[in-house]
Amino acid sequence: MRIIIGEGSCGIAAGALKVHKALEKAAEGKNIRIGITGCVGMCFLEPIVDIYDEEKLVKRLVKVSENDAQRIVCAAEKNDYSDIDDLVISKEDEEFLSLQTRIALRNCGITDPTAIDDYQKRGGYKALEKALSMSPEEVIEEIKASGLAGRGGAGFPTWYKWSAARKSESKTKYLICNADEGDPGAFMDRAVIESDPHALIEGMLIGAYAIGAAEMIVYVRAEYPLAIKRLEKAIKDAKEAGFIGENILESGFSCKMRIKSGAGAFVCGEETALIESLEGKRGMPRLKPPFPAQSGFKDEPSNINNVETFANVAWIIANGGKEFSKLGTENSKGTKVFALTGKVRKSGLVEVPMGMTLRDVIYKIGGGIKNGKKFKAVQLGGPSGGCIPEELLDTVIDYKALSETGAIMGSGGMVIMDEDTCMVGMSKFFLDFTAEESCGKCVHCRIGTKRMQEILTRMVNGEGREDDVLLLEELCKAIKDGALCGLGQTAPNPVLTTLKYFREEYDEHIFEHRCRAKECTELLTYSIDAEKCRGCTLCAKKCPAKAIEGEVKKPHIIDKEKCIRCGACSKVCRFGAVVVE
Amino acid sequence: MSKYKSDLSNLDEVFEKIENVPENLITVLQKAQEIYGFLPKDVMYHIGEKLGVKPAKVMGVATFYSQFRLEPMGKYLVMLCGGTACHVSGSEKVAKAVFDYLETESGRTTKDGLFTIEKVACLGCCSLAPVMMINGEAFGNLTPEKAVSILADIRKKEAAE
Repeated sequence: MRIIIGEGSCGIAAGALKVHKALEKAAEGKNIRIGITGCVGMCFLEPIVDIYDEEKLVKRLVKVSENDAQRIVCAAEKNDYSDIDDLVISKEDEEFLSLQTRIALRNCGITDPTAIDDYQKRGGYKALEKALSMSPEEVIEEIKASGLAGRGGAGFPTWYKWSAARKSESKTKYLICNADEGDPGAFMDRAVIESDPHALIEGMLIGAYAIGAAEMIVYVRAEYPLAIKRLEKAIKDAKEAGFIGENILESGFSCKMRIKSGAGAFVCGEETALIESLEGKRGMPRLKPPFPAQSGFKDEPSNINNVETFANVAWIIANGGKEFSKLGTENSKGTKVFALTGKVRKSGLVEVPMGMTLRDVIYKIGGGIKNGKKFKAVQLGGPSGGCIPEELLDTVIDYKALSETGAIMGSGGMVIMDEDTCMVGMSKFFLDFTAEESCGKCVHCRIGTKRMQEILTRMVNGEGREDDVLLLEELCKAIKDGALCGLGQTAPNPVLTTLKYFREEYDEHIFEHRCRAKECTELLTYSIDAEKCRGCTLCAKKCPAKAIEGEVKKPHIIDKEKCIRCGACSKVCRFGAVVVE
Repeated sequence: MSKYKSDLSNLDEVFEKIENVPENLITVLQKAQEIYGFLPKDVMYHIGEKLGVKPAKVMGVATFYSQFRLEPMGKYLVMLCGGTACHVSGSEKVAKAVFDYLETESGRTTKDGLFTIEKVACLGCCSLAPVMMINGEAFGNLTPEKAVSILADIRKKEAAE
């Protein structure tokens, strides 16, 4: 028997390493092997432990703690699981996986990311072999037939980029993988690298062969230390196995590979800024054209794709482009990975075929909204995307359909909001982010986002002005027109979509000084319901501003002048007597 | 030139391993930060000279990327997650409470040199939102009170030692 622990960043944060240690100790001297895998994507159930009989998954245990180790090992040894019934995943939670279609994440949570032979056992590097037996043009044709488009957000056809780089003449072309996943709320790329690094390497090798690249570079976010560690190991193993280096698999094709760790700048997810950063400079976008396919890294032809894009490539070559294009809609083929988070019951990584509705992802896979609250909006595409309201939940996942709502497909962040989330506050959150991350090159983006941030700050503080919405709209338009790169051009999207679908919340903030989500503390008023108050004096004792007065066993009163709206009273009141409006 | 007098020979090994060209500036700065804990001015001058990059350019790069620190780091690195999932789960309130308690702001170190605090884009433990990470260990499902009490415990522990 094998016991496998899910050790992605999520699992580790939830305590997987402690569980691992305890299991190893419990299994000492027994005929049970302890191993690891990456992230299976069910963040809400971490730490997850799987029991395998050879290659067959016997039991999946969830929310395991180190104290369970002994009985897990005993159960595995006896092959009798009645004693650990409480840990076994529920039927309902199993649906989280069974409703998905996994291509990019095909090995995540199954394979051991630190073992190349485990990857090869699952058909790994067979697609590379097949690609090397084809001509580079045939490889590009296969990708074209698949309809694969860039999964980083823009959705540009992958074959077109490859073909352009193929046609550029130079001895030293570069193939670059963009793993600078900066969207706050997205972690798909990290999960792929941590859980299945060889899928990325194999996809990149096929791409490098197709365009004729001499070197492959993976630009990884510095905040992903585990991903870097696993990828380093995978590259070393692949080199030793002869998949990277000179004369790969005796095909005559040679290619080097290295990792470059980013240093924390969201704008470096933009391809020309990424190239600047690779060259050791400040990551500021370049003017296009020339496009990277003509003149990129070190002025040589360079092709840049996202992690998820590469993770699909080996599967496409192995199974054929046609097979891939069977999934999805007319405009968007294949699957898309999303990081489903926020106020959803089951958060984690989901990979679904294009064409599924947002509603199905959120309610069927995600299990609906936490704590019985009401759905308000789903945010797609992070700081470059937008919020989609309930009436549009039947929109299907498709590049075109999502753009029409004003949001974008994005790299895969999918954050669910409920009635307690203030949409003006949400806009401010994203503008805080883009204003901070604007590289400063273009005036419209540098100063425009700052001004928008100021206006939104005014609104949430109850100081919004009558014409602020008009001013916001004007700024949005100016920034869209005046910014050079994707970061600037899309920075107004969170504001534009919330203005479109949640305009009434802006008006309430400005004209009524009211926040319906009760999130903007400056707009709240606290009072005590005299009928419910028992005069226990707890609130008066807790109030840091000494704003609550009253005698024991008699209703208390809050002095609104003194109140600093910290909410301490409403938290301590056991009778629900504090009214927040 | 600078109030810091760093032992520059610590960098010799880095310069041997990594090719001394401007392209490798970020990588060398990262290595230097690993060695010194932050980027002292004299170290940056030295790196610039070695790689053939002007001091102003080195400073430009060091201030552009959020990873680089220009002042010494505290004993505990507290990373507050500011990802979207944490935001909708109330991370702003947690952050405010932490900043108020430590009397400092993002990217800075407390006066006692104990905590360096950083707001980061996403720690990737979205199911535990809101989250903070202290020297690599994640603390989840935070409330402002819980976050402050975790820090207060560390302070108490340190004061006792």
